[in-house]
Amino acid sequence: MQLARVIGDVVATPKDALLEGITLLLVQPLGADGKDVGRPLVAVDSVGAGVGETVFFVRGKEASFPFYPVEVPADAGIVGIVDHWSTR
Amino acid sequence: MILGRVVGQVVATRKRPQFEGAKLLLVQPETPQGEAVGATLLTVDSVGAGVNERVLVVLEGRAAGEALGKKGAPVDAAIVGIVDQLEYEE
Repeated sequence: MQLARVIGDVVATPKDALLEGITLLLVQPLGADGKDVGRPLVAVDSVGAGVGETVFFVRGKEASFPFYPVEVPADAGIVGIVDHWSTR
Repeated sequence: MILGRVVGQVVATRKRPQFEGAKLLLVQPETPQGEAVGATLLTVDSVGAGVNERVLVVLEGRAAGEALGKKGAPVDAAIVGIVDQLEYEE
């Protein structure tokens, strides 16, 4: 998983039927220092995250697990909202 | 698996239920020489690792889910060992 900040939401009307009703959010991955790392990506949301929140997301097929038994075609999914984190 | 160092801990109240009771640790991937490489990962810990320890991380969903011991867990990285010693050739 990786830390990320939710920076936007995505509306897509024509889409895969299995994505119906699923929230798509734009996330910017963060390093442990809170700075942006790499490029933003689109993730499916299963925890009710919103723009401005710090979250963590999972990559790969596991992104679809929260929607089981629906096999959502997603490769990134927000699976938690971060309260706070500490570093050494 | 990859080598890394635990650099922090994350607290999250709202999360998928499979994460209940799991310890979430930030891990900085490292070369065998101990240099940081790539972006920090968020992992679930299954071995009781702590900050500053050098660890072994699986970076694959199925393996990470097994380490966490929960079916259908949406995870892709887990700490599966604490490195005592590492010997390598330059």
